[in-house]
Amino acid sequence: MSRYLVGRAYQALAAIFLALTAAFFLVRINGDPVLPFVPLGNQFGNAGFARHQLGLDRPLWKQYALFLGGAVRADFGSSFRYRAPALPLVLAHVPATAELAAASLLLVAGLWMPLGILSAARRGSPIDTAATVLTVLGEATPAFWLGLMLIEIFAVWLHWVPASGYGHGAELILPMLTLTAFYGAQMARITRSSVLEALGQDYVRAARAKGVGEAVLLRHHVLRNAAIPIVTVFGLSAGQLLGGAVVTETIFSWPGVGQFIVLALRGRDLPVVIVGVFLMATTYVVVNFLVDAAYAWLNPQVRYG
Amino acid sequence: MAEHVGAAALRGTAAAPPVARGLATLPRSRSGLFGVAIVVAVVLCASLPQIIAPYAPGLPDFPVAVQPPSAAHPFGTDQLGRDQLSRIVYAARVSLFVGVVAVLAAGAIGCALGLASGYFGGWIDAVVMRLADVQLSFPFLLLALTLNAVIGSGLRNVIVSLVLAGWPMYARVVRGEILTLVRREYVQAAVATGARSRQVIWRHVLPNVAGSIVVTSVSQISQVMVAEATISFLGFGVQLPTPSWGSMVGEQRDYVTMAWWLTTFPGAALAFTVLGVNLTGDWLRDALDPRRRR
Repeated sequence: MSRYLVGRAYQALAAIFLALTAAFFLVRINGDPVLPFVPLGNQFGNAGFARHQLGLDRPLWKQYALFLGGAVRADFGSSFRYRAPALPLVLAHVPATAELAAASLLLVAGLWMPLGILSAARRGSPIDTAATVLTVLGEATPAFWLGLMLIEIFAVWLHWVPASGYGHGAELILPMLTLTAFYGAQMARITRSSVLEALGQDYVRAARAKGVGEAVLLRHHVLRNAAIPIVTVFGLSAGQLLGGAVVTETIFSWPGVGQFIVLALRGRDLPVVIVGVFLMATTYVVVNFLVDAAYAWLNPQVRYG
Repeated sequence: MAEHVGAAALRGTAAAPPVARGLATLPRSRSGLFGVAIVVAVVLCASLPQIIAPYAPGLPDFPVAVQPPSAAHPFGTDQLGRDQLSRIVYAARVSLFVGVVAVLAAGAIGCALGLASGYFGGWIDAVVMRLADVQLSFPFLLLALTLNAVIGSGLRNVIVSLVLAGWPMYARVVRGEILTLVRREYVQAAVATGARSRQVIWRHVLPNVAGSIVVTSVSQISQVMVAEATISFLGFGVQLPTPSWGSMVGEQRDYVTMAWWLTTFPGAALAFTVLGVNLTGDWLRDALDPRRRR
């Protein structure tokens, strides 16, 4: 088990390094990051001077070496807009993102997952039909549109909740609903299909034959075996949500990492964009590593295989 | 080939190839029929907008600016008095075009890389899979937004960024399928009798991967369409005056408090289209996979 995890940890570290490299080259893909990213006529004067000031006129390998050297010291340069180190600026937006992600994941695990189980256990019932329709609709509705519709209905017409802004109470409700529509629907669908698959196995039939009650059957025989795909989807959702929900945060002016990166892209703030892209990718890699650790715990075949 | 499949499906005989038998299940699948009907309607809008749209999409008509839905303008009019319905019909072109082109290109690149990776293994496999891992660790949308910021916005660059973000899915699916296929007896037999790689791949491997590729493509189309709309909504994508569902919602977002129809209908058109594509995909997945057919 520990050997498996150590191997996965090395892979995760390699992935983080590659993400760092990719972030470096991504913003240079057109050959010159000054044109899209440096706000001219600001503190840098003309493009040539900006290039020189930022070290962008040096050979690429030298820039890359300097970038990596800075990265290991957690130094990604300073934001053009705020004139402060980029990494702490981005990290300051993590709590808001984490709060929204935690609330949404709680709803996904506490509401949509049980809905999927119920839907599978009562297959063909009106509950199953309703859950399936909800799932299909949730997966088809684009987040940016759903967010605006929710604002229109619940904030503009009914005045139940504020239309946007940051807070720990009513402000959280609409962005949370927007995010859970897609991720929750995905969860309900996967839960339903993996529970259905487990229900069809021989060991379930055997347990039924010897008279195990439905509740015990579900808890002991079905759920444990249906857990792997459910954990996978939950982990992927967590990785994406914790990285920052770009669209939802932007619509609701939620001061998280996603919104901050979009603002940095609009404001041509190169260092912040690099840090943001790198941070999102790293979060995803780390969460995936945790999911793999959970697999090893859930499934002995992974541990010893 | 097409006539052959069609005829066999009509006869519905046991001799029909499995694909045709699968496709023949459409009339019995309510959600599948619904999905295919939506897709057909959207394709019609995209191919014949001049006939379907009641007005020209770019025609301003200031006296009727920002009017709620009425008999003359079923989806209302925008701030320039342009007919919403007509713009939505024309916007189907952009969405569908981006979806199909990006998926075809990403599919071609991803399949080729996945094939090489799975069939030849070794360092090719290692390089391709690491690249795919890195690509997948970047959130789809963020990658597309950053790329559009770097290489500039516009239809072509939206497609480029979506292709870059989309190929790893194919590479993974195709590679996974091939890893199990190359161990099958008929492939081993072909190799043992001295068939060249190209022959083995075209005659024995690819036809067996085709089903997964089709299913992946359909789910990718809806994802790509939503991604394009989202990029355009955030203002990084398709620019004026080409209407796109995403940019329509984005531009008219500020009117959300006074003119609900301006954001509601273009977004609904997108959601409806995605619903149709998803339902078609669900049906296809079951139809093409004999194990899942009941």
